[in-house]
Amino acid sequence: MLKNKHLLGLEGYPREDIQTIIETAFNFREVLDRPIKKVPSLQGVTIVNLFFENSTRTKISFELAQKRLSADTVNFSASSSSLKKGESFKDTAQNIEAMKIDAVVMRHPTPGAPKHLTKFIDSVIINAGDGTHEHPTQAILDMMSLHEKFGKLKGLKVGIIGDIKHSRVALSNIYGLKIMGAKVTLCGPPNLMPKNIEELGVNYSKDVDQVIEWADALNVLRIQRERMGRGLVPSIREYRSFFGITSERLKKHMKEIVIMHPGPMNRGVEIDGEVADGDKAIILDQVLNGVASRMAILYLLCGGKKVEGE
Amino acid sequence: MSLEKITKNLMLKGGTLIDPHNEKTYNADVLIKDGKIHEIGRFEKSESCEIIDCMGKVITHGFCDLHVHFREPGREDKETLKTGSLAAMAGGFTRVCVMPNTNPPLDTPESIHFIKKKAEDAPIYIHPIGAVSKGQDGKDITEMGLMHKEGAVAFSDDGLPIQDGGIMRIALEYSKLIGVPVINHAEDECLRDGGHMHEGTVSTHLGLAGNPDLAESTMVHRDLELAKYVDARIHVPHVSSAKAVDLIRDMKKHKDDVTAEVTPHHLFFNDEDLRSYDTNLKVGPPIRTENDRIALIAALKDGTIDCIATDHAPHTIENKETTFDLATFGMIGLESCFGVVNKIMCKESEMDLIKLISLLTCSPRKIMGFEPDLFVKGTSAEITIIDTEEDWIFSKEHIKSRSINSPYIGKKMFGKVLYTISRSHIFKNIIN
Repeated sequence: MLKNKHLLGLEGYPREDIQTIIETAFNFREVLDRPIKKVPSLQGVTIVNLFFENSTRTKISFELAQKRLSADTVNFSASSSSLKKGESFKDTAQNIEAMKIDAVVMRHPTPGAPKHLTKFIDSVIINAGDGTHEHPTQAILDMMSLHEKFGKLKGLKVGIIGDIKHSRVALSNIYGLKIMGAKVTLCGPPNLMPKNIEELGVNYSKDVDQVIEWADALNVLRIQRERMGRGLVPSIREYRSFFGITSERLKKHMKEIVIMHPGPMNRGVEIDGEVADGDKAIILDQVLNGVASRMAILYLLCGGKKVEGE
Repeated sequence: MSLEKITKNLMLKGGTLIDPHNEKTYNADVLIKDGKIHEIGRFEKSESCEIIDCMGKVITHGFCDLHVHFREPGREDKETLKTGSLAAMAGGFTRVCVMPNTNPPLDTPESIHFIKKKAEDAPIYIHPIGAVSKGQDGKDITEMGLMHKEGAVAFSDDGLPIQDGGIMRIALEYSKLIGVPVINHAEDECLRDGGHMHEGTVSTHLGLAGNPDLAESTMVHRDLELAKYVDARIHVPHVSSAKAVDLIRDMKKHKDDVTAEVTPHHLFFNDEDLRSYDTNLKVGPPIRTENDRIALIAALKDGTIDCIATDHAPHTIENKETTFDLATFGMIGLESCFGVVNKIMCKESEMDLIKLISLLTCSPRKIMGFEPDLFVKGTSAEITIIDTEEDWIFSKEHIKSRSINSPYIGKKMFGKVLYTISRSHIFKNIIN
């Protein structure tokens, strides 16, 4: 149903397919509102969640999506695995596939790891975040949430605030939003912008107030506390002063704006608790849409496989 | 493909001789007796000779590579002097300089002696390059004088750039005692900052940590200025960026003994090729943009860069069949070299064949002080016979190295080395 066998990233992804995923996700969103939230769509399909890096919400979101679709799931995380014993990535992947599975959802700290995985296994591969490269399912759920709020993506003005250079969420959002015809402005410390980022068809502003004034929606990225005071950002208070989405700042602008955050949040750093809990924020809608989006992606990529003898 | 000891007299019949040192091209036969050039002229076939039919082929000097890693001692699972020699001959090379980043590194006269002794029976000439600093730690200089006496032809901490400018100054000044070049892998480690590929649009697309071109150029600038200041010889290895090319070109106006090399892979690939995340393309310095590639081609044409060196860097399959961040830096390059550079320089960039050959033969020999005039009666025969027009596809079968980390597998080559003659051996590059 989709042109590509895998979902490795949104760079160059077909527009119609993003459209299809979002539409399907809205259908599954209805399922999630039913008293019995389970459909048999992926009965007999086995999916492995291969997490080489810690994750809370992405992992739960995928697992829940798989359970809602009646798929069989197995979880594998690096901390509990033989990887620590020195087994190679290739061996781990091939061993898992040898147990007859249909799809792999993978989170890995290295850019390109899901693509690398395609060399060793035949199953469908879904990228659940590869280092500082892409996080396509997050971008899909972000776009779904924007679509839910605005009824369209084309022409929408989206500001992405924070550490773009180390953010897979930012890169996938940029690719996805540009494909869908939205306008994107990035904002954050200049040293946290990747080289030649403007070649991706986005603007950069160092003035967050200017971006708030311009944008229909802001996607506020988590600023890693590890980066604070280690040369990249001088201090929390300085970051907050220049780029923090505070309630005072939003009040000053007196305009309608939608606030998103991929989580987990640093309340009081990149976003104020008051903003995160306020009526402009759609952060919890994003979480719910995450399950629906992942159901749609799993269904479209792994569906159509019939159980033997059926 | 086979390596044979030459037992009979050898006659190379009907070929075109290209003598890059004397800049002459002419048709002649070559008679080799006892591994030496006996005569060049016209000869009748004789029973006592093995005849190599060279009709339509080019006979020229054996290639010389100033930059290879043969991994001995320490990583004989990747390469040895023996397997490296075969890889060299498969690529037309009869003389190589091996880098000292072995385990232990070549940082004493004894370790230089070990290589010389071990290479005595090799079918090619193997010259060790000594480490600049003890343990390649970039701090205390090695016994360069004694190492030179044992056979070290240059000094380098290749792979581990000398970060401290003061140490580099001491090394350059001290090297004047023996008059050989210091070769510094030019990368500022702080600016490199864990980068896995060239920093630019493609690294942004791929989410890979970038290594900016100025990590190279600022270091090249420092080294050139230091060499000028203390009047010592500097050789810049594997130039990868347009910025570094400009600096070398400029310094050559003031200092004529500055030399530089470029690898075939920096001439062949650009960073767009990394979109496949092919770990065989992970090299240091990184493959840069198309603009840089064009600047490197121009620099070879105008003489800013003096020679081609492969930086042949064998690694195990496990080193490369992993995720990009964990993969080691380097690719093998001896076997594919001519097919690559002939395609890029002669076919696509209109360089004369004799000029290209000089970049692989007399030019690198002069940098190291090796005899560059090889078509002289009585000279030990170092000869490469090439079909300069053959289109072929590089495959695993062409690899004689113990490692197979080549991104050229499946790529189209132009021009092929058929025979390599060196130290009374002949390598026949015919796949049956």
